Amino acid sequence: MSVPYAKLPAWAEYGLIPLVNLAVAFLISGLVVLIVGESPLEAAYHMINGAFGRGEYIGFTLYYTTTFIFTGLAVAVAFHAGLFNIGGEGQAYVGGIGVALACLALDRTLPWYLVFPIAIVGAAFFGALWAMIPGWLQAKRGSHIVITTIMFNFIAASLMNYLLNKVFKPLGSMSLETRTFDAGGQLPKLDWLMSIFGLSVGNAPFNISFLLALVAAFGVWVLIWRTKLGYEMRTMGHSPAAARYAGIKEAKIIVITMMISGGLAGMMALNPIMGEQFRMQLEFVQGAGFVGIAVALMGRSHPAGIIPAALLFGMLYQGGAEISFEMPSISRDMIVIIQGLVILFAGALEHMFRPAITRLVIGLSPKARDVAATKGA
Amino acid sequence: MDFFQVFIELAQSTVRVSTPLILAALAGLFTERAGVFDIGLEGKMLGAAFAAGCVAYITQSVYMGLLAAIVVSVLLSLVHGYASITQRGSQIVSGVAINFVVAGSTVILGEAWFKQGGRTPALSEDGRFGTIHLPFADALRDVPILGPIYSGLLSGHSPLTYLAFLMVPASWWILYRTRFGLRLRAVGENPGAVDTAGISVIWLRYRAVICCGILCGIAGAYLSLSAGAGFTKGMTAGKGYIALAALIFAKWRPKNILFACLLFGFLDAFAIRYQGFAFPLIGKVPVQLMQALPYILTVILLAGFIGKAIPPKAGGVPYVKER
Repeated sequence: MSVPYAKLPAWAEYGLIPLVNLAVAFLISGLVVLIVGESPLEAAYHMINGAFGRGEYIGFTLYYTTTFIFTGLAVAVAFHAGLFNIGGEGQAYVGGIGVALACLALDRTLPWYLVFPIAIVGAAFFGALWAMIPGWLQAKRGSHIVITTIMFNFIAASLMNYLLNKVFKPLGSMSLETRTFDAGGQLPKLDWLMSIFGLSVGNAPFNISFLLALVAAFGVWVLIWRTKLGYEMRTMGHSPAAARYAGIKEAKIIVITMMISGGLAGMMALNPIMGEQFRMQLEFVQGAGFVGIAVALMGRSHPAGIIPAALLFGMLYQGGAEISFEMPSISRDMIVIIQGLVILFAGALEHMFRPAITRLVIGLSPKARDVAATKGA
Repeated sequence: MDFFQVFIELAQSTVRVSTPLILAALAGLFTERAGVFDIGLEGKMLGAAFAAGCVAYITQSVYMGLLAAIVVSVLLSLVHGYASITQRGSQIVSGVAINFVVAGSTVILGEAWFKQGGRTPALSEDGRFGTIHLPFADALRDVPILGPIYSGLLSGHSPLTYLAFLMVPASWWILYRTRFGLRLRAVGENPGAVDTAGISVIWLRYRAVICCGILCGIAGAYLSLSAGAGFTKGMTAGKGYIALAALIFAKWRPKNILFACLLFGFLDAFAIRYQGFAFPLIGKVPVQLMQALPYILTVILLAGFIGKAIPPKAGGVPYVKER
């Protein structure tokens, strides 16, 4: 990718520009609230209060954050190799099979701390499997990964509908879900973590998979910036021609990257299935795979950016529920608008404010001007 | 005779289901042939369907509804164009963003304006497209074989359905027999060459995106003014993605689009009609498999196992005039 813009200092590149993009997205969302005839300030108050006002609310916010860290990392890993994995939704959905199988088979015999690792492996395995096929098709058959992953989202939805109907549904049950897991299939809540800060988790399903998400974020950082594989992935993302010239096996990297990406997306299934519902339900992913795109774009595909971006969306989801409770004319679909606007301004229009910001920053600091002069516009 | 009757009914619902697919796939054809990928067909259709439902209800005029649908869809197309042509942003990301913004705002605005849970109020006959009865349709109904085909299959559709089928040869003519079409296809294959010839790549791509908006607008209007009587939440239900699949399945060619859309429409119509039907030899086919079949077929085709689908060469790449 050619970047026809002057190089900015890091604080502007990674701090100011995403903040400006985010601010515009929120301003436009505020306009929508105005059109609906409500006060944007009141909505903002309910959102912040609903997300952080009480220990229980914070617990819910962090529960959503956990989910979005997984799906955000999944999209980010693929981004680094120049792949756009739009199929996190389907991979997370299929990853649920691994969690459900582990829990259904072992929840009555083993304690949770033994079932949990098996479920992690299962979730990652099925997620990776579902991402491997599009990856393989891209690497070997040249089919566009964006289109195949979109198609695989729909195929996953049909597959899971079928499996829940014919395989997982207990006999005689009407609703499309597995049976409720026993103690072995239920993850403990992180109430001890909350009580350090003097907060009570209440009914919030804030569970141990949050820690797994943090570990995964650290793991992704190590993978991308500290391993040979990560270096090869980044090389391919920056310049496929250079990667080929350097003898990096393109097909292998594509398939492995997609499997890691799918595995991360699949692990998202642990949080709602083992952490909240203690059973696998129809459509338990609820768009989290798509939120991952917004999170990865906001977080600039870096784990240190993805965690706050995931927290932001966790806040939107939890706070958005509170808004729709307090202000009935603003339903939770407001979040979908904000999510779309964030994707638009932080992703597709990320360069819109760059020329103006570049002028401003370079006008302000002589040091930045030197940097711009040497790196070239 | 009974079998024949079933065939006619099935064919008729295939035509009905295919109409929005054909319009949306042709819409995608225009932008993608010009080198702008568009996965926002779904969002544009949804936005158009909403605008059509609102305006047709308020003005009680179906044509105002259609016009509103086209205006909204073209505006959304221009947002996509601004992001991906002028700002050289990622076309995929922009399309995803549009899908989300529309999915959310149609529900929020619909609820705020009409308070019916995200629906627009049901339209009366004036607010909807009626059906066109071809001449002598009733008189010829009893003629064997040809009668049912003429009056059952060819007659009695929405004007937009006839428009959709007419748009297939019209699009072919525009793309393959006019100067604009030649340049549009050239800009999708080799924009540098078009630029060298002194033709604006940017303006050409914008025109292609506007064509896409118009066709998506008609597709959306069909959903809320013809197939339904008003807008319902998420009424496109993935049709934009099926149209995208059909576009690829058709290898970006107008004639193939017609057949791909009819095939996918037929699968849909068949799945609705024959839930749990036991076939000879294969037995019962799960309805979920039927629903997934268009997507599975597209994946197989894209992988080159049935022919090879080669996208426009410059597709997805923003054009930079000077480096």
